[in-house]
Amino acid sequence: MAINTETFILNIGPVHMSTHGVFRMKAVMDGEVIVDIEPVFGYLHRGIEKLAEQRTYTGIIPLTDRLDYTASMSNNLAHCLAVEKLMGIRVPERAEYLRVIMVELQRICAHFLAIGAILNDCGAWGTPMMYMFREREKIFDLFEMASGQRLTYNYMRPGGVSQDVPEEFMPALKKLIAQLPGYFEEYDQLLSKNEIFLARTKKIGILTREMAINSSASGPVLRASGIKWDIRKADPYSIYDRFEFEIPTGETGDCFDRYWVRMQEMWQSLRIIEQAVKQIPEKGEIRSKVPALIRPPVGEVYTRIESPKGELGFYIVSDHSIAPYRYHVRSPCLINLTTLRDLVIGWKIADAIVIFGSIDICMGEVDR
Amino acid sequence: MTVALSGIEVARQLGPRFPEAIIESSNQAIVVKKEQLTAVMDYLKNSPELSFSFLSDITATDYFDYFEITYQLTSFEHNHKLTVKTRCYDRNKPVVPSVTGLWQGANFMEREIFDLMGIEFSGHPNLKRIFLWEGFAGHPLRKDYL
Amino acid sequence: MAAMQNALTNTVFLNAIAPDWPGGFWWHWLVFSLIIILFVMGIVIGLVFFERRVIGFFQARRGPNRTGPFGTLQLIADGIKGLLKEDIIPSTADKLVHWLAPIIAFFPVFLIFAVIPFANGAMLVDLNIGVIYILAISSISTIGIFMAGWGSSNKYSMLGAMRDVAAVVSYEIPVVLSAASVVILAGSMSLNQIVLAQNIPYILLQPLGFLLFFISGCAEINRSPFDLLEADSEIVAGYHTEYSGMKYLAFMIAEYSEALAMSAIIATFFLAGWKGPLLPPWLWLIVKIFAVFFVMIWLRGTLPRVRIDQLMALAWKFLFPLAILNLIITGVEVLVWPAGLPWVAVPINFAITAVLILLWSRLYKFGWGRVEVHRVEQS
Repeated sequence: MAINTETFILNIGPVHMSTHGVFRMKAVMDGEVIVDIEPVFGYLHRGIEKLAEQRTYTGIIPLTDRLDYTASMSNNLAHCLAVEKLMGIRVPERAEYLRVIMVELQRICAHFLAIGAILNDCGAWGTPMMYMFREREKIFDLFEMASGQRLTYNYMRPGGVSQDVPEEFMPALKKLIAQLPGYFEEYDQLLSKNEIFLARTKKIGILTREMAINSSASGPVLRASGIKWDIRKADPYSIYDRFEFEIPTGETGDCFDRYWVRMQEMWQSLRIIEQAVKQIPEKGEIRSKVPALIRPPVGEVYTRIESPKGELGFYIVSDHSIAPYRYHVRSPCLINLTTLRDLVIGWKIADAIVIFGSIDICMGEVDR
Repeated sequence: MTVALSGIEVARQLGPRFPEAIIESSNQAIVVKKEQLTAVMDYLKNSPELSFSFLSDITATDYFDYFEITYQLTSFEHNHKLTVKTRCYDRNKPVVPSVTGLWQGANFMEREIFDLMGIEFSGHPNLKRIFLWEGFAGHPLRKDYL
Repeated sequence: MAAMQNALTNTVFLNAIAPDWPGGFWWHWLVFSLIIILFVMGIVIGLVFFERRVIGFFQARRGPNRTGPFGTLQLIADGIKGLLKEDIIPSTADKLVHWLAPIIAFFPVFLIFAVIPFANGAMLVDLNIGVIYILAISSISTIGIFMAGWGSSNKYSMLGAMRDVAAVVSYEIPVVLSAASVVILAGSMSLNQIVLAQNIPYILLQPLGFLLFFISGCAEINRSPFDLLEADSEIVAGYHTEYSGMKYLAFMIAEYSEALAMSAIIATFFLAGWKGPLLPPWLWLIVKIFAVFFVMIWLRGTLPRVRIDQLMALAWKFLFPLAILNLIITGVEVLVWPAGLPWVAVPINFAITAVLILLWSRLYKFGWGRVEVHRVEQS
């Protein structure tokens, strides 16, 4: 059937309901089918790496909050771990447990947003998203108790955390972790067997193993393709070697697997929080003795953690002054976007939006 | 636990194969001449006992005499990691060979370095600015920009 | 044959009252035109309020509750807002087409209500080809939508308009065939006769027909899960991307009026229209309309949307064969029981429906997959 057709260029974004921020895709299309796609970003570039060269190590922490603003605690943690490795500081026990609790709660929060956004892109008019935001609000209440903020927490410091949690935090946390399994099951029932959702996400946008490793994809995108690599198990940081949890992997690497891996990771995060709540010491120091102006010795460090979006790495070069000489953020969302072109070509525009949503990016981190 | 391979050990392994490639090596990293960069990286990726199949990060730093480009490599099979560096002494038109042929993930990383530091990567399929707009003058992350 | 015709005539046709109130041709036309316009506008206000509150309830939030008592006047507030907005027309748009499109999409909906009975004989005109009239008129709005997509000179709008034409053309056939089954059962195409013939509501006698008509109706009026023409998350707003102010509101009210019309048609065909024990007939009709609309809202709040090729696969591979089978089975039943179907036909029909749906859902596949394209060199 040889009909002569012409391709046209359609700009998806930067102002668009489903581009997760200001992101533009220049799609060359033949009818509904996408023939070529080129991601264009930089609309949110704020020069965080250059700004960090003029701020003190503690003053950079609010900047890291705004990197991946859906997972601020993870960014804070990565920065503090990097500085502690440079200086050789040991973190007290209670602070370590508080950090793990915050980061895993943040992972549940971020995955709620990711799954809600995938379903919003599929066209479920906000119902799953609203349900997940209801739970996010409960977690935000906890974060507000701890740090006074709802989105950009500025909570961790090199050497520990900035302040101890108030007394009502632990009972509220225990109440929440008793409620969460009911919510997870409700979403699983509502979503994982939904015919239309399966038809929209199964076998769509398949990322093969070789392509995933070659494109340096990380996080749920990598694990959905069947590769069991989680930095919390492979290269444990903080006190993750004391907890028992599993790494969920997918089989085919399609959109459904990326959604399913995130659902299962939320269960595992809940497990870690329950163990941490049991093991946390009742009282203790929450920050080790660190000078007010941190001057690390000359050297460099590359530390990475498993943030909800993937492998978040910080590369800091220090020259014994109060500000870093070079500060670089290895952004998982940006690197995961390398796979976008291979995944999307050949599918229709409706699939392109779902594939893009399942990679789950946050523009603050892509553009920095 | 991921083992951070010592640069000295890897230099000893690479020494016989790539005689003049290695400039210096320490416990942190191994510094390679940029002309032999592709060959060394190819060996690091494909040899069975090293097999660094995953490229974590590429970064560039501006030390006023030279640019230093740092590659963080990870291996899934053996669970070890390595830092490889290379230096580029030309300030006006720095050119370094690209590793996008080996690891496709280097695509955006190298474009970012080109955009913000001004280092060109020869052999890159699509080397244009990624964050700043076309027509922006200068490279902001250089130390002499502001 | 003669016996069958006599049986039907005796039981059904004698009970119909010719529409004649309040007397005289022109008075009847004037009064009922006013009634229809007021009815549509009033119920649409109620429907918008109902939908937004119920969707809010589904999504664990409140809907609008400020404008008017309990937020009932929300659409009026939206209307005033729309009237006060600037009317933006893209400079490369085809001005006449762009201006005409909302009108053509909007006014045919009123025409449908000319034949819907509010009580026995209370309708504008009792056309004896009422069903054909409805099906024909409801296709006119598609032209309006395509004009909107074309006249906007916007690629998103074109995509939306193309999808709409494909969807409406595909779903006309199951709609017509399901309506034909109802006509066979009732023995007449006039909507008043169809209501009068429903001693047992046809939803019980024709569960398969009801499901087919409901799904195809939802697809015709572009409601979720088939609302990919105004797919918020993909093509911004589809065919009404470039409309602002009152023209946009015209499209929105047209969508709700079409939903109202479809609910009214479903209530008339399958739920026995104005028949009911205690309340006045027109109130029963309104109650049934809201019941059908509630199911539409329920679908919208729960299901994600399908893709365009999945939509067309659903119409052609799933609904069309089932509609033909439904027609054949209905014909066989009418031949077996010419004097009207007894209650024993109800479980038989439910069993047939269940078997057919199970069988078909195993057999066919939802849409195709990836298209091979030649890799374009990165520029």
